[in-house]
Amino acid sequence: MDEQGTPRPIRRLLIANRGEIARRITRTAREMGIATIAVYAEPDREAPFVAEADVAVPLAGSASSETYLDIGRMVEAARLAGADAVHPGYGFLAENAAFAQACVDAGLVFVGPPPAAIRAMGSKVEAKRLMRGAGVPVLPHVEASGLTETQLVHAAGQEGFPLLVKASAGGGGKGMHIVRDARELVEAVRSGEREALSAFGDGAVFLERYLERARHIEVQVFADHHGNVCHLFERECSVQRRHQKVIEESPSPVVDPDLRERMAAAAVAAARAIGYTNAGTVEFLYWNGEFFFLEMNTRLQVEHPVTEAVTGLDLVRLQLLVARGERLPFYEGEVTQEGHAIEARLYAEDPAAGFLPSTGTLLRYGHAAVPGVRVDDGVVAGYEVSAYFDPMLAKLIVHAPTREEAAARLAAALSGMRIHGVRTNRDLLVRVLRHPEFLAGEVDTELIERHPELLEPLVDAQTRRVYAVAAALAGERERRATARVLRTIPSGWRNVRSQLHQTALEAEGERIRVAYAFDRAGTELRLDGESHELRIVAANPERMAFELDGLRHTLDVHHAGDVYYVNGPAGQVDFRELPRFAETDELEAAGSCTAPVPGLVVAVRVQEGERVSKGQKLAVLEAMKMELPVEAPHDGVVVRVAVSAGEQVAAGQVLVMLDGQPAGDGQADS
Amino acid sequence: MSVMSTRLDPRAETYQQNRAATLRLLEQVEAHLRQALGGGGPRYVERHRERGRLLVRERIDLLVDRDSPFLELSPLAAVGTEYHTGAAIVTGIGVVNGVECLISGNDPTVRGGSTNPYTLHKSLRAQEVARRNRLPLINLTESGGADLPTQAQIFVPGGATFKNLTQLSAAGIPTITLVFGSSTAGGAYVPGMSDYSVMVKNQARVFLGGPPLVKMAIGEDADEEELGGAEMHSRISGVSDHFARDERDAIRIGRAIVGHLNWRKLGPSPSMPADEPRYDPAELLGVPSADPRQPFDVREIIARVVDGSRFEEFKPLYGQQLVTGWASIHGYPVGVIGNNGILFSEESEKAAQFIQLCNLHDTSIVFLQNITGYMVGTKAEQGGIVKDGAKMINAVSNSTVPHFTVMVGVSYGAGNYGMAGRAYDPRFVFTWPNHRIAVMGGKQLAGVMSIIQRVAAQARGETIDEEKEAAARRALEEQIESEAGALYATARLWDDGIIDPRDTRTVLGIAISAAHNNIVQGARHYGVFRM
Repeated sequence: MDEQGTPRPIRRLLIANRGEIARRITRTAREMGIATIAVYAEPDREAPFVAEADVAVPLAGSASSETYLDIGRMVEAARLAGADAVHPGYGFLAENAAFAQACVDAGLVFVGPPPAAIRAMGSKVEAKRLMRGAGVPVLPHVEASGLTETQLVHAAGQEGFPLLVKASAGGGGKGMHIVRDARELVEAVRSGEREALSAFGDGAVFLERYLERARHIEVQVFADHHGNVCHLFERECSVQRRHQKVIEESPSPVVDPDLRERMAAAAVAAARAIGYTNAGTVEFLYWNGEFFFLEMNTRLQVEHPVTEAVTGLDLVRLQLLVARGERLPFYEGEVTQEGHAIEARLYAEDPAAGFLPSTGTLLRYGHAAVPGVRVDDGVVAGYEVSAYFDPMLAKLIVHAPTREEAAARLAAALSGMRIHGVRTNRDLLVRVLRHPEFLAGEVDTELIERHPELLEPLVDAQTRRVYAVAAALAGERERRATARVLRTIPSGWRNVRSQLHQTALEAEGERIRVAYAFDRAGTELRLDGESHELRIVAANPERMAFELDGLRHTLDVHHAGDVYYVNGPAGQVDFRELPRFAETDELEAAGSCTAPVPGLVVAVRVQEGERVSKGQKLAVLEAMKMELPVEAPHDGVVVRVAVSAGEQVAAGQVLVMLDGQPAGDGQADS
Repeated sequence: MSVMSTRLDPRAETYQQNRAATLRLLEQVEAHLRQALGGGGPRYVERHRERGRLLVRERIDLLVDRDSPFLELSPLAAVGTEYHTGAAIVTGIGVVNGVECLISGNDPTVRGGSTNPYTLHKSLRAQEVARRNRLPLINLTESGGADLPTQAQIFVPGGATFKNLTQLSAAGIPTITLVFGSSTAGGAYVPGMSDYSVMVKNQARVFLGGPPLVKMAIGEDADEEELGGAEMHSRISGVSDHFARDERDAIRIGRAIVGHLNWRKLGPSPSMPADEPRYDPAELLGVPSADPRQPFDVREIIARVVDGSRFEEFKPLYGQQLVTGWASIHGYPVGVIGNNGILFSEESEKAAQFIQLCNLHDTSIVFLQNITGYMVGTKAEQGGIVKDGAKMINAVSNSTVPHFTVMVGVSYGAGNYGMAGRAYDPRFVFTWPNHRIAVMGGKQLAGVMSIIQRVAAQARGETIDEEKEAAARRALEEQIESEAGALYATARLWDDGIIDPRDTRTVLGIAISAAHNNIVQGARHYGVFRM
């Protein structure tokens, strides 16, 4: 610590992280002539961040705990690869004081604040105490860990509901639960403890008053070893789902110059109070004109690109300069905020299915040509999205003269993306960016919860039918193009036609039946039994151009497995084609409850022989740091429990078998 | 190969008249097809559906590969007879899991799918198509058995059905039977004689004798399901290889079976560009003359059927009433022989030579029949028309490359034989709706009869009642004409179906591709050519 003010060269930088942030750091390091060393867990062996680094060190193992969270192996990797500095990125060990200390002890430059500063802010509870002392406004709280149920209920009663359960050691919404009444309390605390333990290695949680419709505004601070502590303005991160930021922007539409000045002053004071150096973020809750200190993140933030966009600075570069002991190239007040930047976080998850993480191979992944869009991503086409790590695929950042333009352009960039193979929150992001409340700047942390219509698919039901025509006809083109015999004979030709050719597609829980026939009079088309005028202009398995009821459409189609991905100006629709014939194992599947995603069984709640009712929790899975209950699909008796707690399961693996047929089974008619 | 030119003028009055006439005939054909599609009528179709069953064409549409073509054979069998149009059975060529198969399915809405003489004829023809072209045979069985009042016409020839099944199997042509309903008495041998049998749960009934017969014969009270149900045959008797949960499941299994046949076509794959003809096939409607006595140029048909309208004519200056040459259809090289009039000695010799060349090159032959016969008269006879006609018939009879005959006009006299008529076993015969067929035209035939009768009367010293004679002559002419039409021919399976002229290229494409499942090899030996 004492020697950090003296210049220390950085020539070989180990990036103790993965995904997009590892790529991001590599990019700047390379620009600065610094060699980069990646580390990677087994599931990441083909990830682009590994290939892009100068050299990479495998961390044999898959789970975060034995790879990206293992301090000993990380320091060993640095030694092995001859690193002289370590950048921790965000998440994983980024706010782990012991890791920062271990780096210092190993003679490595830690690109971040001193261990003491991390420690000071590491415990949210401790941090609040410190901040109160520094004159920064804070919200009262109660520590929950170690309390008995009775004590919990008593403590909660004193604070009053609604309450927020928060992990003392963490961020990113992990371990966080809103509790609206006493009955939910114990379960929420225990669940929060488990998630916190898994995500941060520390299960401590606390209770804090939950401010309804609060806004999340944070201030970026930067401090060098020469006493210069600056702020780089605010970012607003109010649009969240389940306490996870999804859209961030700078400047905040609610912050006026006066508020900006007060918040920035509080943030700088906070940084000074703990002898902070390097990049940090002071998070505040803004509520009814007041703001309260929430926590300080002693690292680079996921959303740092919006600050980069409005300030024109490269924050990673600044981090490396500061770590080398250099002075910040500016003083307070010299940096300006230009235009408006918005970032959206694209996650592999299914908003329609309760934001269940979505895993699988990213079959296609491509961006629309929208100018002024920065994409920070960790994936490429062919990438396997696994359940091991955070499901964020990419961040898209737009910088535009006005907030309105930025929102429109970002929405266009997102809706034009081709993301095939996993479900994403893309439609939700676009809907938020186009929502009148968002556009009016009236955002708060409950925006998404308050507007369930935001979860609806971007492509409306009417347009979806147009897309379905493209999917059905592309399928037809593909089948004809790959026919083994009679390939040149007109498609579906009949000398005696009794019916149309049928395709049944399903998207967003809706089934669309497309029936068609071609003859010399043209194309006959029926959608769910209703006739439509169709003229095909150009057709191939990947691109369909047609006139439907007088309107010309051009849509891109990609068929993989039983899914047709259709991309067009309105967005993307993933259609699942219903099989013409029920598969034999459908009968076997009745009564078995399977894992919806790959994950870890954290609890099995039933025993063999137990009678269960529909909707009852049978087991709890943990996948991507989220707990997912597996519920009984129907009433019945547990005939077999196929897994036990602690077991890693694959998607579709049977967890529990129930007897008793679900109602309506045995009708194989589709 | 050069692109053909055309002289057809779609604005010409004759073209318009021809087109209108063909369309009128097609409307009649359409009306009959609608009747065939209606099966046993709305009441029986409704009843069938109420039992949760699929119609025969729905079964076929599910069985064949999606968007693949299906060529129904003889859809108008029995039209104009006392039996239902279509003869209670649907047969055709369809693609199952990438394999061209002969599919034969009972229509259970027509008198329970029972077999009448036309049904038998059509089903035996389907087996024949499977055997000649080496197509796996898939039966979709649901039949009440023999139509008992007509048993006399069925029982004895019908026995061939089972013999054919096992002979197909012996020849390495797979036979698959999916049983959707009754398949009793002799019908039980259909699944029994097949390589593979699949039975639908609670629907299949496969037994030699049903409960009433069992009661009568041995006094046993038998339960239908125990006597011949799908589950019994799948678990106990072994008559069924696969127990299907429902009809769709049976079809799924049938597709899976074809999928594992490891099928290889023995004939060569298409080897030429399969581009569409340069000239619009829709113009074929205006080519055949509305008046059968008016000739038309068969080249106008060839130009609208073959790939890219490319045709290399052989011996164009010799025997000009017959057009011969090389072309390709959907990429398959073919020799084409078409009539442009009467067959003289030159035409006959040209045909005999061309057929031998096709055999030498293992090339299939398409015959386009519009033939009023071999030339008669002293000059022709002295020129050896019998000898030369014999050469042509010798060549066509002993030719072993696949023959495909399209009746694009008239077919009178021995010209029918020389041009690979039905009796000469072409792989397929398809008919245009304007087709006329008889030993000779009705007028000529009645005239010939009249002359013969006059000569006989004179010999007997009788006088002719001119009025009576004229009436008899008219009646005979009418009878001959009514028996010479395309519908009359197709009802009796003289062909494999009437086709829309515009579909000729498609139908031939399917037929040739089907034929290429078997070896395509020309003859090296013929009968003695009389020189």
